[in-house]
Amino acid sequence: MPSERDTPRNPQMTQVGTALLFALAVIIMLGFCLLPVAWQLLTALKPTAELVSLPPLFPSAPTLDHFRTVFAERPFARILLNSAVVSTCTTALGLAVGTPAAFALAKLHFPGQQVILLGTLAVSMFPQIAIVGALFLLIRLLHLRDTYWALILSDTTFALPLVIWVLTSFFRDVPNDLLRAARVDGCTAFQALTHVFLPVVAPGLVTAAVLTFVFSWNEFLFALTFTATASARTVPVEIALFPGLHEVPWGELAAATMVVTLPLLVPVGLLQRRIVAGLTAGAVKG
Amino acid sequence: MFRTQSSERPFCFVLPALGLMAAVALYPLASTFWLSLRHELPIFGISRFVGLAHYAELWHDQRFWNSLANTLYFTVVSVSLEVILGLGAALLLQQVFPARGLVRALVLVPWFIPTVVAARMWEWIYNPQLGVLNFLLVQSGLSAEGVNWLGHPTLALHAAILADVWKSAPFAALLILAGLQTIPPDLYRAARVDGAGPMQTFWHITLPLLVPVLGLTLLFRTLDALRVFDTVYVLTGGGPANTTETLSIYAYRLSFQTLQFGYGAAVAVVIFAVVLGVSLLALAALRRLGGIPQ
Repeated sequence: MPSERDTPRNPQMTQVGTALLFALAVIIMLGFCLLPVAWQLLTALKPTAELVSLPPLFPSAPTLDHFRTVFAERPFARILLNSAVVSTCTTALGLAVGTPAAFALAKLHFPGQQVILLGTLAVSMFPQIAIVGALFLLIRLLHLRDTYWALILSDTTFALPLVIWVLTSFFRDVPNDLLRAARVDGCTAFQALTHVFLPVVAPGLVTAAVLTFVFSWNEFLFALTFTATASARTVPVEIALFPGLHEVPWGELAAATMVVTLPLLVPVGLLQRRIVAGLTAGAVKG
Repeated sequence: MFRTQSSERPFCFVLPALGLMAAVALYPLASTFWLSLRHELPIFGISRFVGLAHYAELWHDQRFWNSLANTLYFTVVSVSLEVILGLGAALLLQQVFPARGLVRALVLVPWFIPTVVAARMWEWIYNPQLGVLNFLLVQSGLSAEGVNWLGHPTLALHAAILADVWKSAPFAALLILAGLQTIPPDLYRAARVDGAGPMQTFWHITLPLLVPVLGLTLLFRTLDALRVFDTVYVLTGGGPANTTETLSIYAYRLSFQTLQFGYGAAVAVVIFAVVLGVSLLALAALRRLGGIPQ
């Protein structure tokens, strides 16, 4: 005879139920995040004849035709090169300019530090749209339209706050003793930065570099406004405009989106933990 | 803090960064203010000072108020969804389960996909004839015929919101997860000893301790949503009939489609003022909540 205390659910059954519910929730979450990308991949692999109607959902015979067409009939290789050059230069310039600034803000003592840090934060909150018109007129005046420089300089400026904030928090974590020891050994502040601190904050540099690269690779408004031809046009602009003869060539477009997305998967996947740590540094720690 | 000798001039370390930000951010900003006070139509060679006339014009501009309303609606709906979904995802991702590292990495995929690419993916999903969304809708019997998601005056803005939520909720999840990890496990143990259930633990321990991080996530996402451009530009370009036209799209169209740089600058100044106002309010609130170290 079951007593009243036993009638509530069997604890083992409840545990199985909870685990199932949990698994279901994780699957729904993953499906929401990944299915749109999977659909794009399927589209890229479908022969054109199977793109004019639905069903079929899956390609009868997956083909790489769209990938071939994107490179053969469009200046897509050139566009990828433009994006690679702009993003690489932006990353290099951003680190070159941002690292000493972050070092000085974290470890040196001079008037106006707080103001500079807050000013940097203000720039990071800047809506790009608020200055894009004026910046366009300036770039036209300097004859920088449709050049890499127009994009490198604007991207670097808007990535700088992130670089400075991420690196400042990394520099702060380095004990001051290290600087004192370097000083005793006769280092100037700059030598202390290059010889002693840079190796220590290497993880921070990697984080800042990845964030800057991804920001520049994805940047759209400046690239749309400051470029006119394929000689400087970057990937996001090409994807947004993606000209077709009559209709949008969905197969080719899907192939192009896959080409620009997949290369980011590896570094971001590998460095995911570090990126999260860098992004949330300072923000969540406090 | 380390004192340098005056000969080393620590200011030199920050000078390049300051110079770049002054030239490419502050100077154009000042220039935008100046531009908003002028009538500039470069193609006709028109350039003259008009004072505050553009702002007076904005006051009576139906299209401006419409774009402001669209921007605010977009921001409120998308950011609330992102924070709620982000919180849910973060609570799931915090649990211990097999392949957790992989799942965490996969959830981040939408976040690093270029916004323009994400918008193109959703445009294809929403396609009225060939889109997979309509296919599923009709197949499951929920609707007799397909819906023109991006051509419908009320659905279009919501379609843009969904695309934005897909792209940005992972970022919210990421920040909130980092916040969850700072909650000391002792508190949960103590709660269990005291006989608190999972719901009680969530409402009385997790949520109150997450308030600063939630506030910060809300701020980051709000600032981004207020200036939304890429997603809307690709999905609808502001249509149909301006029902998805946000402030950024309106400012862009004024400056670069009708080439009214002066009037476009006035709208840009309004966007700047809105973003600045929200930031200052939020920073003050966050500081009080202790979300930001002094």
